[in-house]
Amino acid sequence: MSSILSLPNQPWEIAGRKFQSRLFVGTGKFASPLDMKNALTASGCELVTVALRRADLSGREDPSADILSHLDKEKYLLVPNTSGAMNAEEAVRLARLAAAAGLPKWIKLEIHPDPRYLLPDPIETLKATEILVREGFTILPYINADPVLAKRLEEAGAAVVMPLGSPIGSNRGLETRGQLQIIIEQATVPVIIDAGLGSPAHAAEALELGASAVLVNTAIAIAKDPSRMAVSFAAAVEAGRAAYEMGLPQPRAHASATSPLTGFLDR
Amino acid sequence: MSFVQHLEKLPEHRSPLLDRFRHLLSGAQPLETLAAEAAQLTRRHFGHTMRLFAPLYVSNECVNICKYCGFSRDNPILRVTLDLDQVEAEARYLVQEGFRSILIVAGEHPKFVSESYLEDCIKRLRRLVPSVSLEVGPMETEQYRPLVQAGADGLIVYQETYHPATYAELHVAGPKKDFAWRLECPERAAAAGFRRIGIGALLGLAPWQEEVLALAAHTEYLLKHCWKSFVTVSFPRLRPAAGEFQPQVHLTDHEFTRLICAFRICFPQIGLVMSTREPARLRDGLAPLGITLMSAGAHTEPGGYTGAGRENLHRTEKGKVLPTIQSEGEFATEQFAVSDNRPAAAVVSRLKQLGFDPVWKDWDHALAET
Repeated sequence: MSSILSLPNQPWEIAGRKFQSRLFVGTGKFASPLDMKNALTASGCELVTVALRRADLSGREDPSADILSHLDKEKYLLVPNTSGAMNAEEAVRLARLAAAAGLPKWIKLEIHPDPRYLLPDPIETLKATEILVREGFTILPYINADPVLAKRLEEAGAAVVMPLGSPIGSNRGLETRGQLQIIIEQATVPVIIDAGLGSPAHAAEALELGASAVLVNTAIAIAKDPSRMAVSFAAAVEAGRAAYEMGLPQPRAHASATSPLTGFLDR
Repeated sequence: MSFVQHLEKLPEHRSPLLDRFRHLLSGAQPLETLAAEAAQLTRRHFGHTMRLFAPLYVSNECVNICKYCGFSRDNPILRVTLDLDQVEAEARYLVQEGFRSILIVAGEHPKFVSESYLEDCIKRLRRLVPSVSLEVGPMETEQYRPLVQAGADGLIVYQETYHPATYAELHVAGPKKDFAWRLECPERAAAAGFRRIGIGALLGLAPWQEEVLALAAHTEYLLKHCWKSFVTVSFPRLRPAAGEFQPQVHLTDHEFTRLICAFRICFPQIGLVMSTREPARLRDGLAPLGITLMSAGAHTEPGGYTGAGRENLHRTEKGKVLPTIQSEGEFATEQFAVSDNRPAAAVVSRLKQLGFDPVWKDWDHALAET
C-alpha cells in the first residue's frame, strides 16, 4: 500500500498482524458493489468490516446475499461485524457462524439493543468479548467512549478498543473527545476511533489525539464521489498521524512572551 | 400509561417533536426544501440501500366486518386458506425472485388462521428465508411469544384510523371493533420480543392531518417505550377493493410527499415503507426522499404468485360458504388492487438506475435463533 502523501510511515500491529494504513473502511451504505470496490481501493485500506447479517454464511453462494463475493480476501483482511445482535449470545452465535464459514477469526463486536441510535451495549460487549477471546477470536469491540469499559475489555483480552466519536451516521465528529483522550492515555492496546467521523478533518483530529487508526463508513459511502472521499480520508489520516509523531504544541488560553519569568538568566 | 391514554391527551400534549411535525406539514416551508433535508437524512442513516420484501397472503378468511376492506366478512368474495405446502410453494416462488424477507399476511379468523397455523407457516418459511414478519389479527403477548420463538422477527399492525368515532363507524363487527385492543397491539408485540414493529394509518378514512399527527405521536411513543424494537411506519392510501368503499378524504400526491418528508425529518432513524399500492412513477420519486423498505411484484390474494390453493376456492356471503363452483382460472379475491404491477426484477433494475443498492438480505438466522 503506498502512502497518499508520501510521508514516512512505520507499520503498526494488531494481534501480531502488521498494517501500513491507519484507515479502516466499512462496507455498508454504498450505492453499488462497484462504488464500494473502487472506494476501498482508493482508500488504501487493508482492513474492511462487513455486516454478517448481509452476508451468505451458508456456503451456497446465495445471489441475494453476495456482498462477500465483491471483497477481495487477498487484498483485505475481512473483519465481520455483528451488527443486528442485541446481546452477547447473538453476537457469539454470529461470530461462530462466520468462523465456520471460513472467515478470519477476527470479529468487530457490535451489539446494539437500540436500533435507533445503534449505541453499543457495554455489558453484553464485555460478556461476548470474554467468551470469544477464550475461543481464540481476535476481538475488536465497538464501545461508547467509556474509559473504564475500555480497560475492562483490555483485561478481557480485546485486541483493540473501538470507541465511538459520535453515534453512527451522525457525522458529528469527536463529540466524545474528552473521554477519548483518557482512553488513549490509558490504553495498552491500539485505540481505533469508530463512528460519527463525518469529514476528513475529524479523522485527522482522531489521529492527532493519538488514536492508532480510525474506521469510516458512512462519510465515504454516501459521498458524491466515494473514491475521492476515500482518498481525502486517507490523506487526513496520514497527516494526522505525522503531526502526532512530530508532537503538537499544546493549545494555550492566553498569548505569552517566550520567557517572561526566566528570561533574566539569558541576559 | 399505554398509548391509549396518551392518544386521549393528544390535543393538549405538545412535544417539541410533534410541534415540529405539525409545522412541516403546514406548508410553511417549500416542499423542495423538505425533500432535500429528508433525502440527506435518509442517505446518512441508511446510505444508498433499499431493503426489499414481499407480502405472502396465506388466507383471506375473516370474521371482521370492516367497511373499507376487500376481505370484509360480508363481501361475497372467493376465499381460501393455503395449506402449508401451498404456503411453501408461494414462498419458493418469492425466493426465486430474490426475496429473503417475507411478510405473512392473513385475515383474522380463529379457525382458519389459528396461532398454530401461523406458527407452522413461520417455521416453514424460516427454512427458506432468514426474515419473516407477520401482519395478522392482534394477539396477546403470550400468544405472540411462540411466534417469535418460531422465528418471526417483525409484527405489523395498522391502526387503520386513530379517530375513535370513525373507527367505530367503519368496524361494524368482529374482534377488530375494539379500538384500544388494536391500539395497544404494538406494545404487546414488543413485549413478546418482536425485533421490528410496523405501524400505519389507512389514509382516506378520516381527515388526514389529524390522522398523521396521531401516527407521529404513536411513533414517538413507541420509540420511547419499545426502545429495543426497530420501528417502521407505512402510509397506505385507500385503493379500490371489493365492497367498493369510497374514501372520505383524499390525500394528493403533493400532500403525500410532504407527509413522507416530514416523517423522515422528524424520525431520521426509523424505517419508512412503500408498498405496491402506489404507482411506479410515485414510488420511484419517493424512493430517495425517505423510503427504506419496498415491496415489489406483490400479490394481495392468497395463491396469487403460483395459483396455489385454487382448487380450494369457495365463495362466501356474509360468512356463509356457498356451494363450490367451477373456478378454473379464477384466483382468490385480492385485499386491494395494487398499482405498481412491475415484476420484482424491473423494480430492482429501476432502483439501481436511481442510484440504490437493492438489499434482499438484512437479517440472519443466527440472530434471535431459537
